[in-house]
Amino acid sequence: MRFLDYFYRGRRKSASVAKDRLQIIVARERNRAGTRDYLPLLHQELLQVIAKYEDIDLERVSVNLDRRGECEVLEVNIVLPEDAPGHDAAPPRRVASGLFNLGAQS
Amino acid sequence: MARVVVVTSGKGGVGKTTTSASVAAGIALLGYKTVAIDFDVGLRNLDLVMGCERRVVYDLVNVTKGEAKLSQALIRDKRVEGLYMLPASQTRDKDALDFAGVGQVIEELKSQGFDYIICDSPAGIEKGALMAMYFADEALVVTNPEVSSVRDSDRVLGLLDAKTQRAELDLEPVKAQLLITRYSAQRARKGQMLSVEDVLELLAIPLLGVIPESSVVLQASNQGTPVILEESTEAAQAYLDVVYRFLGQERPHRFIDDEKRGIFRRLFG
Repeated sequence: MRFLDYFYRGRRKSASVAKDRLQIIVARERNRAGTRDYLPLLHQELLQVIAKYEDIDLERVSVNLDRRGECEVLEVNIVLPEDAPGHDAAPPRRVASGLFNLGAQS
Repeated sequence: MARVVVVTSGKGGVGKTTTSASVAAGIALLGYKTVAIDFDVGLRNLDLVMGCERRVVYDLVNVTKGEAKLSQALIRDKRVEGLYMLPASQTRDKDALDFAGVGQVIEELKSQGFDYIICDSPAGIEKGALMAMYFADEALVVTNPEVSSVRDSDRVLGLLDAKTQRAELDLEPVKAQLLITRYSAQRARKGQMLSVEDVLELLAIPLLGVIPESSVVLQASNQGTPVILEESTEAAQAYLDVVYRFLGQERPHRFIDDEKRGIFRRLFG
């Protein structure tokens, strides 16, 4: 069968192979073009600001850039420590999170 | 109101200069004052394809630097009334152009009553190509039915959306239309070449036209004649259709289907 497969594959039209390959590469490159190159720096600076006020765990921070329809949304989630001083009735787990709408994607 | 049109592709050798020459000549033939500007500093070729290489004295860089007046650098075509070209510099390096200088030249062309300003982009996605597209209102994206050309065109479409004056000022985006060149309907039918449908599906912009692969294109450039002026040929007809469509007239697409298939389909389809 493998022998036959070889010939069958050999007979697959090259134009349809080209189209399949292009669909994959073009989709990947469009995604990459959408990412903002300041993201790592923004991540760092956000952490520095929050670290001034809260003792945060660097492992429990996420910064993501998502697409929702025509818009780009920057999503930041930071898990705050469970018994931070100065808060009387702190919930067992506090999460600081924010969504920033970056507008239509460029 | 003058329109600035960039002819671009990313990949080299797909027919940007051939298209710039023919589209500019075609628009001028239909009565509009038109100029084709060569943005390929260091590797100018539009002058050769348009057959006016021996009349070049001053160039685009000279004008942007104030070394020559625009009227001294513009070359008036001897065959087509209302057709002009502005050559690129052959001796400067590619950083010789700056956005402000080019913007001034385009404003001056507009004030001189040009209806269409065709910017022939260099290959690549570096400064020269970005300069050619920056002031554009519309884009003709020239693509061959071939993997590297399609990928590069997609990349260029991203730049048109992000790196132009229209994008920066948040105006209506540059209107991009697709021109597929060197197409062989027969090879596409046999599955040896990406079809017009395939390319359209991948790039997702409106189709302005299809130029069939033709030996006439080389013969015309050998002689320095925009191929659209070789009236009886398929390539010229295809370019003329493109020009009409570009100016807003409806024209049925030709050269997409293989003739033989047409008959076959009529009998058995």
